[in-house]
Amino acid sequence: MYISTTREADAAAVVPRRGGVLRAVAANVVALGAVSLVTDVSSEMVTAVLPLYLIVALGLSPLQFGLLDGLYAGATVLVRLVGGHVADRWQRRKLVAGFGYGLSAICKLGLLAAGRSAVGIGAVLAVDRVGKGVRTPPRDALITLSSAPGDLGRSFGVHRAMDTAGALMGPLVAFAVLWAAPGAYDAVFVVSFCVALFGVLLLVAFVRDRPVAPARTPVRDRRPEGAARQASVRAALGLLGGRAFRRLCVGALLLGLVTVSDSFIYLLLQRRLDIGLTYFPLLPVGTAGSFLLLAVPLGRLADRVGARAVFLGGHVALLGAYLLLLLAPASGGFPLLIGVLALHGAFYAATDGVLMAAAGPMLPGALRTSGLALLQSAQALARLASSVLVGAVWTVWGMRPTIATAALALGVALLVAWPLLRTPFHTGAPSNEEEVAGR
Amino acid sequence: MRLDRRYGAVLGAALVLVVIAVVYVVHAAGGTNAQRAGQGGTGQAGADSVLGTVALDRPGQLVFRNAEPGSQSGRLAAVPVADPSGRRTVSNLSCVRVYAAGQTGVCLTIERSAIPKITAVALDSSMHATRKVQLSGAPSRARVSASGRMISWTVFVSGDSYLTAGFSTRTGILDTRTGRVTPTLESFTIYKDGARYRAADVNFWGVTFADDDNRFYATMRTKGKTYLVQGDYDRRTLRALRTNVECPSLSPDGTRLVFKKATGDAARPWRLHVLDLKTMRETPLAEQHSVDDQAAWLDDRTVMYGRVDGETTNVWAVPADGSGGPRLLIKQAYSPAVIR
Repeated sequence: MYISTTREADAAAVVPRRGGVLRAVAANVVALGAVSLVTDVSSEMVTAVLPLYLIVALGLSPLQFGLLDGLYAGATVLVRLVGGHVADRWQRRKLVAGFGYGLSAICKLGLLAAGRSAVGIGAVLAVDRVGKGVRTPPRDALITLSSAPGDLGRSFGVHRAMDTAGALMGPLVAFAVLWAAPGAYDAVFVVSFCVALFGVLLLVAFVRDRPVAPARTPVRDRRPEGAARQASVRAALGLLGGRAFRRLCVGALLLGLVTVSDSFIYLLLQRRLDIGLTYFPLLPVGTAGSFLLLAVPLGRLADRVGARAVFLGGHVALLGAYLLLLLAPASGGFPLLIGVLALHGAFYAATDGVLMAAAGPMLPGALRTSGLALLQSAQALARLASSVLVGAVWTVWGMRPTIATAALALGVALLVAWPLLRTPFHTGAPSNEEEVAGR
Repeated sequence: MRLDRRYGAVLGAALVLVVIAVVYVVHAAGGTNAQRAGQGGTGQAGADSVLGTVALDRPGQLVFRNAEPGSQSGRLAAVPVADPSGRRTVSNLSCVRVYAAGQTGVCLTIERSAIPKITAVALDSSMHATRKVQLSGAPSRARVSASGRMISWTVFVSGDSYLTAGFSTRTGILDTRTGRVTPTLESFTIYKDGARYRAADVNFWGVTFADDDNRFYATMRTKGKTYLVQGDYDRRTLRALRTNVECPSLSPDGTRLVFKKATGDAARPWRLHVLDLKTMRETPLAEQHSVDDQAAWLDDRTVMYGRVDGETTNVWAVPADGSGGPRLLIKQAYSPAVIR
């Protein structure tokens, strides 16, 4: 496995050796990071002004768009899997990712074109999410294919840090536009479109993708269309036959089920500390800031001590956040706020990219996008189920018992996940050769 | 060499994009600045409108948010009830939502700056601000009790969730007599099906007050369902009465609620209904269009509401008993209230 990943890394992109933090981060990863940064600036610009635009400029109620949230989540899972399959089937990861980025870019103009039509705006928002669902797995697959196996953690750290930096800048750019042209939401959308298009250009110009030879079925292309597709889907599902990858999926699913959604964390903080509603929208900025600062160091740590320890450690940080919320006195005030948000950001830094870094080497290059799509879908569905569960517990028992339950469940899940993930998934560990044979 | 050419191409394309973006923003800024120049009070009034202060204690007026295009768009304005298409008095106060009753007004405003500052402004009868409450979201609903003592507002908040889209609402109350501000109804104790109800996902919107300045009605949403709740301000409790009732508005005689009911049809999401509080019977109104507004009562037999019509919004009126049909009340207006 070690040998095959290094070969793929060489095939996909140059791995320049440099000093400092960027040492050994492939140019391709930096390019993908830049694409994500620019794209996040664009999408967060729109997110920041959307409610004001809908209500003030159009006189519509945003509730109309929230109703389909669950449906969107389901649809996104489906397009993610289809996108992963297409990317692998024709070995065109860059094309599929580019399609997703392009779709989201066009949606910025779509918002203008939709005018006051609530149905139109709803459709544009849905297509935007489809774009996001489609592009994530091939992008992450490209990152794994472009990095030396021992540097995957660092690569994902750099990528996620750049991505988060973009997300933090987006609202600032949007408000700068509104400062220059007060009330001109159309200008925000046009600027956002230009920024998104620039992101697509960066992808086209600087991101490289080369086909990875399928390991066992080299003559696949000569088969009849239907048979080839069936075989490929079966092969993708067959990835779950590999013990290490199956265990990783089960572990991610299990931990996803006990991960309380962000909005609950912020709501708990707000209730515990009686934070003024004016500052409420700033809470996610705290999480993102911590994520941004810790993504690279924790990614490097994953390369050194193994992804399992960091991934599980991230959930321990989340457990710490729960316990702070549960046990710290309400008079804890500012330190409690900082502590919870720092731990919450650390949780993302230690899990989001690290999980992908762990999964990459377990998956054959030719099926990597499908595999990552599968893993991400499992995690997304688990988190969706978790917010339904948490909501139910809160309804029956109230706030404090909900945190206590969540903490207990997370603790138990960690105890189960630790041995479950015992198969070493040190990024790029050469030990799982026979695991992959299950494909 | 190839890399250099690629850098050149991307740089060139980036320059084009920057130019497009900058030109568009400058153009848009020119547009809004011209509009703002007209807001100093020196701007020309429309042919059938006059600039001035709206006396919020003069009966027989309809107060609303002006939606005529141009410099006076978004200002608090008034017309006589007897002649709603007659000359409108347009004030210099910009509001996203307005309401007035009992010699008191409320205006939800957005200061157009880099980080928009959103405020609920309580107004006395000559439109002077008596109290300002800072809000943290896009204004949606505003209401004043008949006596003018209680003021309520609803805003949409979007910062609640990171990585996911979705909106939630916050509804607050200002008691102008005690000066107490309730930032969110989520702090009230909720009862549903006779038992205490706790949930993290409760949202409230669209308050309407009864004559005693204590009882009120509002909408609660939790677990994907909306409920009509009856509130007790002094006891700080809320009781769920029935499902699928949004943005209730109590009739002047206190016997009926007009509300919007979700239809399940994405093309026409809401239809106005009237609920008789004694018999709990619902009557659909003759308005066939979807209405996304908290309606108000023109008199005991007629309700009025803002409706999005193409590129503008108009205020319409329809009989409250389900008979007849809608009639255009005020062109290019929104957020109507009648001064009794």
